[in-house]
Amino acid sequence: MASKTKTTLADSVKQLEKIENQFETLQILNEEGEVVNEAAMPDLSDEQLQELMKRMVYTRILDQRSISLNRQGRLGFYAPTAGQEASQLASQFALEKEDFILPGYRDVPQIIWHGLPLYQAFLFSRGHFHGNQIPEGVNVISPQIIIGAQYIQAAGVALGMKKRGAKSVAITYTGDGGSSQGDFYEGINFAGAYKAPAIFIVQNNRFAISTPVEKQTSAKTIAQKAVAAGIPGIQVDGMDALAVYAAVREARERAVNGEGPTLIETLTYRYGPHTMAGDDPTRYRTADLDNEWEKKDPLVRFRKFLETKGLWNEDMENEVIERAKEEIKDAIKKADEQPKQKVTDLISFMYEEMPNHLEEQYEIYKEKESK
Amino acid sequence: MAQMTMIQAITDALRTELRNDPNVLVFGEDVGVNGGVFRATEGLQKEFSEDRVFDTPLAESGIGGLAIGLALQGYRPVPEIQFFGFVYEVMDAISGQMARMRYRSGGRYSSPVTIRSPFGGGVHTPEMHADSLEGLMAQQPGLKVVIPSTPYDAKGLLISAIRDNDPVIFLEHMKLYRSFRQEVPEEEYTIPLGKAEVKREGKDLTIVTYGAMVHESLKAAEELEKEGHSVEVIDLRTVMPFDIETIVASIEKTGRAIVVQEAQKQAGMASQIVAEINDRAILNLEAPVLRVAAPDTVFPFSQAETVWLPNYKDVIETAKKVLTF
Ligand SMILES: Cc1ncc(C[n+]2csc(CCOP(=O)(O)OP(=O)(O)O)c2C)c(N)n1
Ligand SMILES: [Mg+2]
Repeated sequence: MASKTKTTLADSVKQLEKIENQFETLQILNEEGEVVNEAAMPDLSDEQLQELMKRMVYTRILDQRSISLNRQGRLGFYAPTAGQEASQLASQFALEKEDFILPGYRDVPQIIWHGLPLYQAFLFSRGHFHGNQIPEGVNVISPQIIIGAQYIQAAGVALGMKKRGAKSVAITYTGDGGSSQGDFYEGINFAGAYKAPAIFIVQNNRFAISTPVEKQTSAKTIAQKAVAAGIPGIQVDGMDALAVYAAVREARERAVNGEGPTLIETLTYRYGPHTMAGDDPTRYRTADLDNEWEKKDPLVRFRKFLETKGLWNEDMENEVIERAKEEIKDAIKKADEQPKQKVTDLISFMYEEMPNHLEEQYEIYKEKESK
Repeated sequence: MAQMTMIQAITDALRTELRNDPNVLVFGEDVGVNGGVFRATEGLQKEFSEDRVFDTPLAESGIGGLAIGLALQGYRPVPEIQFFGFVYEVMDAISGQMARMRYRSGGRYSSPVTIRSPFGGGVHTPEMHADSLEGLMAQQPGLKVVIPSTPYDAKGLLISAIRDNDPVIFLEHMKLYRSFRQEVPEEEYTIPLGKAEVKREGKDLTIVTYGAMVHESLKAAEELEKEGHSVEVIDLRTVMPFDIETIVASIEKTGRAIVVQEAQKQAGMASQIVAEINDRAILNLEAPVLRVAAPDTVFPFSQAETVWLPNYKDVIETAKKVLTF
């Protein structure tokens, strides 16, 4: 009896190992910018390749400027993005305008490229409600602060699209830490159960604030968590824009063809601190690890790839940098011009129709704020 | 004696109880190597090993459920919820499970868990970090809710909370973490849960408050003093169960009272306190008991925080209404 149980379990252990080892990392461009997987190469025109590079360069500048604006007290809450450009921008680049993005707090670049005006992104950072007033026709919701909440909402957005017969997808993002939340499992499971057109991205940047991914789970990959939900999962090199693009594009096709959701784990790294509110990465990361990842830089390798093809040069790069700086300056100016938000504004957003007690409070705060 | 900030006093209390009781376990998101995002657990993993001070995966419901299970195994968990706005993620573990454990098992099991968590406005956090949710907790029978206003109280109350055999929600106001230092004994001491402290004696008006509003109320009392009003300020320290005896004794002397809270007005602690005062001391009152509270919106986006949060001027304004009634 006892030995039989043992044999069965031993088989399961082997099976787990086998399953885990099947999750290989999809890579198209290696660190030198060489194509190592021609078969997986996505179908992108030269202009599209250039556009993707422009966006990555632009967003790197935006990150640098945002950090310095934060230090000057001109921006508020900010979660740095450098290192994650391929994961963030190539995944958004694979979408269509009608697709709906449910971002986490670090995923501001994706929603900017999906149509959120830059000055509103700055207002979000400053804690001004207008930052969250998404313009009509921009299919995003403002960044979620509660880790994981967006995952299950994405299942709902996707199911809604399916019911309406729309040929679009919901895409949502979380991190390696976020993949431990109940909402993560519920999201992928619900979407799987309804075959809803959703794409679930986990940007595995190896740390959740200070907690390394090894302490987050005993699963060898996050992609394999898809197995339990009965949906496909794939791990991609998150520093490789082409691999990220290819995986998301294919997931999108499956989704709009009624084949259900996909979980995509992108292996990436955040170069900066967790947020600008006092995090000190030297407490939990080594310089060696930082260096190891900076060698994988998504911009460096994509730039090399494009240069080899004669699609990129220094002038083009400088032009993007100048444009970024200019637009950031204008956006900050526009954010500064926004009327200061008032408590009365917030009171008026609480309900469609203001209840009596709030009407009373509205008058009190109107008086206070007029002084 | 050492001069300590509130955050240092909290670390000191944790260290004291980790030393005193091998069953005390400290865990939560980033509490290990990182020492917590506010450094409340700084150095504790190093001193007590990862067996006793450890990081959890990122899931508040997991942290709460784990604490219940460890308590069933005889441990005394002191989990941290990184910011109290995330408590909604762990509401079932707290209100649906821990708070009912003793009752449900007819006294057979209990949940001697102390959940520590930062909260409170004025520090410009993103959404869902700063909310005052003590009223939500206080509505759940079976829980105790503690909110210190000074470093000295923080240490003594936290030690008591950890030693308490029922679940305690221990809320630490972020603005008070480093706003001032105070003499705090290095040796252990306790402050009983459920006991208020009269921070300032007075004859004309009683201000009942807790948390960061203690400091706004003291400031208001000083201002009012200059205008000839003698104001008593009571710091509840434990908001559930709260020390109604001390409040009533004060009102028997002053005949007038206001209650000050940082939380929104609707269905909060202040309402409960006013109701208890009316039940027990109505014949001592010369004026209705008024409340100072934030307006009934969700906690504001950070740019509007300053006006939204009650401050000493609001306290003075309401105090005067009651004093001149
Ligand atoms: C429900 C919830 N718990 C905790 C936090 C605090 N917090 C903010 S970011 C973070 C780590 C997230 O790590 P990960 O999911 O890996 O994303 P990353 O920040 O690395 O992009 C934590 C614990 C939160 N915002 N929401
Ligand atoms: Mg991470």
